[in-house]
Amino acid sequence: MTARRVALAVVLMALVAAVLVYMLNMRDEQAPTRAPVATSEDAIARGLYLTRAGDCIGCHTARGGAPYAGGRGVETPFGTVYASNLTPDAETGLGRWSADDFWRALHNGRARDGRLLYPAFPYPNYTRVTRADADAMYAYLRSLPAVRQPNHPHDLRFPFDLQAALAVWRALFFEPGVYRDDPSRDARWNRGAYLVEGLGHCNACHSRRNVLGAPSGPLDLAGGLIPVQNWYAPSLTAADEASVSGWDVRDVVALLRDGISARGMVMGPMSEVVLNSTQHLTSDDLAAIAQFLQALPPAPVAPRLASDAKAARREAEARGARLYGERCAGCHGERGEGVPRAYPALAGSRPVTMSSSANLVHIVLEGGFPPSTAGNPRPFGMPPFATFLSNDDVSDLLSHIRGAWGNRAAPVSPLDVARYRDTGRP
Amino acid sequence: MSRAVSRATPMRRRKSALAATVLAAAALACHAIGAQAAPATFEDSMAQRVLACTGCHGPQGRAAPDGYYPRIAGKPPVYLYNQLLNFRDGRRRYALMNALLAPLSDAYLREIAAHFSSLDVAYPPPQPPQAGADIVERGRRLVHEGDPARRVPACVQCHGTAMMGVAPSIPGLLGLPRDYLNAQLGAWRQGARRAQAPDCMAQVAQSLSPEDIGAVSAWLASQPAQGKPATGLPHALPLACGGVDAGALGTKEGS
Repeated sequence: MTARRVALAVVLMALVAAVLVYMLNMRDEQAPTRAPVATSEDAIARGLYLTRAGDCIGCHTARGGAPYAGGRGVETPFGTVYASNLTPDAETGLGRWSADDFWRALHNGRARDGRLLYPAFPYPNYTRVTRADADAMYAYLRSLPAVRQPNHPHDLRFPFDLQAALAVWRALFFEPGVYRDDPSRDARWNRGAYLVEGLGHCNACHSRRNVLGAPSGPLDLAGGLIPVQNWYAPSLTAADEASVSGWDVRDVVALLRDGISARGMVMGPMSEVVLNSTQHLTSDDLAAIAQFLQALPPAPVAPRLASDAKAARREAEARGARLYGERCAGCHGERGEGVPRAYPALAGSRPVTMSSSANLVHIVLEGGFPPSTAGNPRPFGMPPFATFLSNDDVSDLLSHIRGAWGNRAAPVSPLDVARYRDTGRP
Repeated sequence: MSRAVSRATPMRRRKSALAATVLAAAALACHAIGAQAAPATFEDSMAQRVLACTGCHGPQGRAAPDGYYPRIAGKPPVYLYNQLLNFRDGRRRYALMNALLAPLSDAYLREIAAHFSSLDVAYPPPQPPQAGADIVERGRRLVHEGDPARRVPACVQCHGTAMMGVAPSIPGLLGLPRDYLNAQLGAWRQGARRAQAPDCMAQVAQSLSPEDIGAVSAWLASQPAQGKPATGLPHALPLACGGVDAGALGTKEGS
């Protein structure tokens, strides 16, 4: 009798949970408007602009493939999610989608057939986008040449491949809702917040994700290691990482528009963001983003452990200094002073001294260029050293750079180098 | 100083000669280290901008000593540009190249290609033949005559009678190490290296056996390379090739 009651209670609770999950998944579902879609040149141009602000092309285009025809795999800790074909092909793209269908994908994270979409498509951010902006993006995508390219099925591990698991995830971590202006702030700040939280989806990289891959919220920009790629997207709130409070707004705008400014340059995944997205934004929008970022509440600067084990490091330091002289000083200077607009200074550099050494290891091993942009069309490059330097070499070299010329950051171990070697390549 | 030397005993002279040798060696060593670390003074030049390339491909793109990173100096400009596009857009796979080129524009890649193409750097002497005379002879025949029975065109039909390539888009195949040639032809045969469609070189490589490839590579690597790409071909290309503007090749049968 009791066993039966327990069983009944369990079944009832499961039922209640299922109903709750279902209801949470159906929040803010809206009746179709069947509004006619704007097809004017103006709407299409605005849609192009917004689609760029969202960097849609970054995921929805395979390397060397037709723009927006999908097929690029986004690797996650749960498997690979393949971006879909957004061109207006009837069979394989968005050809049969209405503006209402498109809106539901952006706002509610559901496909035309009602399936739940994986949040590798950052609809927890895109849900902030207004209907008018979504309609313009739809108008632009409809104007693209139709490309027949069937979608690649996702490759996710059990249980992440189940719609039910996704429904639970969404119930826990996704809440639809268009951005609402904060009346205590001015219009420019609100515009910046709208772009950063919404289309910019900055927190998709610049925040730490929990074990289920969810960032803690669109305003969490405290930095995090990008899963699988293993580049560290630095904190936008910490003064010792990538906070821009105190910068001249023009330097923030230049960094996002040109990929380079008097305060530094972008490399790695951010290079791609500037290339596909931010270089195309207006100065007004970039200034709005800058103002929003500058007003972020500053994170407390974590006290650094004094690196006292100096005696033990002396030999490594000597090797590191020698490697620096042989390999790096020719461009970055004997005292890590760099060359303006060509080679970043390493003395007093936040990317050099911030706690995570992931990006330093990537840059030394893989080299790189900042993006070709209108403001910096012919960037200077850094050669890859992956085939020349061992993990021990890179460890000694980076430990030297992090401890020389007034830099006071912890050394980098050969294990750290091994962890980031051979990850994050396309 | 010179007076001191002139008054010196033979013993002292030997000592100062030794000192001079040591000094010269030290200077050379310093120079070698300096070369490794790139130019000491910054100059706003293409050579400075593409240090990311010459780190592996050698100073001026003359090839790395290990034979893995090929010479890029003096290759036809459109050929180099096409390869940069192929790497950036994923038709050729080498993770370091793919990542390095990802953020660069077409215009800049064209400029980088033109820069390396314009460099006139002497070729190293050829490798001594690393295969038996019969294999090398088989390679020579394939290069010059192809194999009409299997419809394999001769290499010279596209790569030029001197095998130094044809400007602006067909590369020379001399001055490359045997291992590199084997690796590239093998990759092409298996689809790991691709070019723009129609991928003529893939068709050719797929019609070759591994033994053919070994023979061709052995002969090519044993030949001295000199001179520049030819300016035209005596006959039209036997195959249509993506990225190659047949009109720009100046074939005598053209049009």
